[in-house]
Amino acid sequence: MTITEIGASRLRKEDQRLITGRTRYTDNMVLPGMLHIALVRSPFAHARITAINVDEAKRAPGVIMVLTGKDVADEQGGIPSAWPVTPDQKAPPYLPIAVEHVAYAGEIVACVIGRTAAAARDALELIDVDYDDLPPVLDLEEAMTDTVLSHPDLGTNLSATWIFDSAAAGTGTDVAQALASSEVVIERTYYQQRLIPAFMEPRSTVVDPTGEQLTMWSATQVPHILKLMISLALSIPESKVRVVAPDVGGGFGGKLAVTAEEFITLLAARRTGKPCKYTETRTESLMGAHHGRAQVQRIRLSATKEGIVTGLDVNLLADMGAYLGVITSGIPILGAFMYNGIYKFPAYRFECNNLFTNKAPTGAYRGAGRPEATFAIERAMDDLAAELDMDPVELRRKNWIKHEEFPFTTVAGLEYDSGNYEAATDKALKEFGYDELRAEQKLRRQSGDRVQLGIGVSTYTEMCGLAPSRVLGSLDYAAGGWEHAQVRVLPTGAIEVVTGISPHGQGHETSFSQIVADRLGVPFDNVEVLHGDTQVAQRGLDTYGSRSLVVGGMAVVAAADKVIEKAKTVAAHLLEASRDDIEFTAGAFGVKGTDQSMTLGEIAFAVFSAHNMPDGFEPSLDSDATFDPVNFNFPHGTHLCAMEVDTETGAVTLRKYVCVDDIGNVINPLLVDGQIHGGLVQGISQALFEEAVYDESGTLVTGSFVDYLVPSAADLPMFTTDRTVTPALTNTLGVKGVGEAGTIASTPAIVNGVLDAVRHLGVDDILMPCTPSRVWNALRDAAQGGGRHRSPDPSSTKPDLDPAGGN
Amino acid sequence: MIPVAFDYSAPTTLDEALTLLADAGEDGKILAGGQSLIPVLKLRLAAPHAVIDLGRIDALRGIREDGDHVVIGAMTQHHDVATHPLVAEHANLIARATQTVADPQIRHRGTFGGALVHADPAGDLPAAALAMDAVFHIVGPGGERTVAAADFFVDLFTTAVGDNEILTEVRMPKKTAWVSDYQKFTRVAQQWSIVGVAATLRIENGRIAEARIALTNMGSVPIRVQAVEQALIGCAIEEDAIARATASVADGTNPPSDLNGDPDYRRHLATVLTRRAVLNAA
Repeated sequence: MTITEIGASRLRKEDQRLITGRTRYTDNMVLPGMLHIALVRSPFAHARITAINVDEAKRAPGVIMVLTGKDVADEQGGIPSAWPVTPDQKAPPYLPIAVEHVAYAGEIVACVIGRTAAAARDALELIDVDYDDLPPVLDLEEAMTDTVLSHPDLGTNLSATWIFDSAAAGTGTDVAQALASSEVVIERTYYQQRLIPAFMEPRSTVVDPTGEQLTMWSATQVPHILKLMISLALSIPESKVRVVAPDVGGGFGGKLAVTAEEFITLLAARRTGKPCKYTETRTESLMGAHHGRAQVQRIRLSATKEGIVTGLDVNLLADMGAYLGVITSGIPILGAFMYNGIYKFPAYRFECNNLFTNKAPTGAYRGAGRPEATFAIERAMDDLAAELDMDPVELRRKNWIKHEEFPFTTVAGLEYDSGNYEAATDKALKEFGYDELRAEQKLRRQSGDRVQLGIGVSTYTEMCGLAPSRVLGSLDYAAGGWEHAQVRVLPTGAIEVVTGISPHGQGHETSFSQIVADRLGVPFDNVEVLHGDTQVAQRGLDTYGSRSLVVGGMAVVAAADKVIEKAKTVAAHLLEASRDDIEFTAGAFGVKGTDQSMTLGEIAFAVFSAHNMPDGFEPSLDSDATFDPVNFNFPHGTHLCAMEVDTETGAVTLRKYVCVDDIGNVINPLLVDGQIHGGLVQGISQALFEEAVYDESGTLVTGSFVDYLVPSAADLPMFTTDRTVTPALTNTLGVKGVGEAGTIASTPAIVNGVLDAVRHLGVDDILMPCTPSRVWNALRDAAQGGGRHRSPDPSSTKPDLDPAGGN
Repeated sequence: MIPVAFDYSAPTTLDEALTLLADAGEDGKILAGGQSLIPVLKLRLAAPHAVIDLGRIDALRGIREDGDHVVIGAMTQHHDVATHPLVAEHANLIARATQTVADPQIRHRGTFGGALVHADPAGDLPAAALAMDAVFHIVGPGGERTVAAADFFVDLFTTAVGDNEILTEVRMPKKTAWVSDYQKFTRVAQQWSIVGVAATLRIENGRIAEARIALTNMGSVPIRVQAVEQALIGCAIEEDAIARATASVADGTNPPSDLNGDPDYRRHLATVLTRRAVLNAA
């Protein structure tokens, strides 16, 4: 095998069509006779529906049908939860169209089907819904008390309590004992604000009910999961459903969902017998698509005076929002195995309380549980370093797993196969100029500079490549984590790769082509990667959890290897040689010690014509493979940032960001850099810009991009991204996932940097996002109070909203 | 994001536009660059029956000198204002403020007059126009009238331009050799001002001889701060002196409270930014 493609920074095959938008995005689809859907959504966070009057809307021009929850009560099924994290997990029914009760602002209460999108939209205003409003539950700590219920019929806000205890699991000792007997214990509460995935392409669904198979096109990350869930929830034989994720414009976990809108579009298409389309507006997307994060993290970390950590206790309140989506309940649990990070902690306990509130349901958002965990431990390590007056890098060095200690079984029970935290950290420190920046920081502190400098550190690892099926089984997830691929050899020797992963902007068509081009010795341009259509890629578990390359890519490798094995049999037959003497190099099958050989293309055509095949040989080189990983893989890295804080205005500027990530071997460095850059921006954005804010009545205040701030290139410096390479040992490519690494690592680095700039002024915590106003208020409180500023409960820091001012 | 249906017309003369506007009565709306109106229509915050697009009336576009005034046509795009030599020479505060408006795409579409008539309290141009002593030329069924900047901004999103009227041009007395700065405080680059401060100064022998200071988003309309302008006269270009002269700039203001900050924070910002604007300008 000649390696020419793996490691090459190829431009993406997908770029032109995805960037220009002249492609198969769902909303671009037009089918003959297609009808359009618009949805009435509840303006109330919590209410009973007492009446819905749709008469006028039904009579409006261009309106075909109006559906309420009552109209479809018998056929609408419910959005399923695939993750009963405990046997007694509680959940209210999650109806596509609410019937009697709405539990968040944005919940769907009626559907208009019109001849045009405009007719459907116009008719929304003619629908009259009477609500009796109920008190909403908006705060997690309040939800835990059950004094007000988000779903009165459920009787409690608590969905489930999930516990991991290292003493019980046999992976470590008892935390209570560790905390009681340690010299230093720090106790912190960190708040993970609610975020909105904010993918570029709004969600859109088209359903064609005509023909034998019902076809749904949807802007989803998970066409295979969607197909299965539709079949189960609506009792449609699976064979009668085809789901297509055509080109999809970003997801970040936000399209790892089975949505009410998809069900409604399907119901509308079945009711009318016509193709129907629904495309959400940006405001609907912000209020109605699932949100992410939203946790209160109570952390206790104990250590010796020398900084050796002795125990970690984590108690979480996790906001499910109003309903359990397909994997809502499992998100915080995914973090349970990551709170110990890269460190050797002897004792660990994790308890998570999953709570319902009257806000939009939560779900996967880039990192899903792991960014929250990494934030907490990396913040706590910095807080501990400050408490011990120790350099934060030195503290980490004292506690992390040394490279010679791999494979290492952590206190959370995972086996880390490989890693080299020393190498990544040393490289990062050097490229960052750590010592020089510390010296500058000292000078600025001494001179009382208006602009103070802080250095943020984050040494992260993550578990990715979801997932070994047996592990998912042990966590009570309903499905497995394998991935399927098929490599088809066409008569001309061109290759079609069918994969069960479902790219939505990552560039898998390019990277998978590179892998196959090398493996089979065919030109890159002769490889086509097919995906996202359950009729084409009949088996698959889709794209999320940094799994596409490490699971899906490995399935492709396995299928390609099977092609080679089949082709060897044919080559031996046609070249009249022993099969054992056939060698495969650079796309050709040669006979050892001779100059006789055939290319893969020649063999492909021979197999196509099938005139002269070995006895009993099935005339096809096409091969399938299903790969189930034996373990997660564990990318890691060291991220360092220099933050400048204008102490006069509270403005925070990211001056420099250096990261050294270890994601094992790299298929396409350009794609990897793209993933890291994008991931960094999303993580930085949690630290500085983004927050989904609800007012006291439960209305989403950040209902447009005017208020839900996402940064642009103008707000960020150039990043220095570098790598060390410690190959993963659990797959033959030696690769690790990269999709979430930047997001997981960067949020704590930034907040640690901000705090490092102002800690000497008496500020120990600032809520995310660290807005100028919050930074300024923290500095003012510390100066005025003369004491230290700890982060207040976010519910007490909501500004009085008076956008008009008092004039 | 589909607006309520409306009639669209694109007249080529001002007279034609005035007639269309009069015919539309209360349900007419002028479309200039569309950078505020189109989102408002799409969000259905407004539902005019008739939208009259001024984009094809060439007479409303352009920048010229008229004696001791600079005149900017209402339909002149921000990009043209921000880069025009006459503006740079005689109204550099306007150039600086305009450069901070939104992003390059919007600056190539949005118009000077459109932004002023929209009168968003967080928009950057009203304060700059106020500091420049701009005079607004408004044409209606009864002919042309002029309104001084101090009287132009009436309230949140409300100006002196009546339902049947169109802003045609804005005249500003030349402030040649004045120096200026516009301090715009935002969390991300493409954002409405949390607070903005427009400052333009005439300096003689190292001291401030004349000053104009106006604030963005410190109330429902832009605020000219004459007390500070007076206090700055005679001030040396020196941080402590300027800080003292500008310390009271937010006194008596009643700024909005939102996710970006409460009134206390905004008043503090206005004070810091005014000092910085004066120092930067000088």
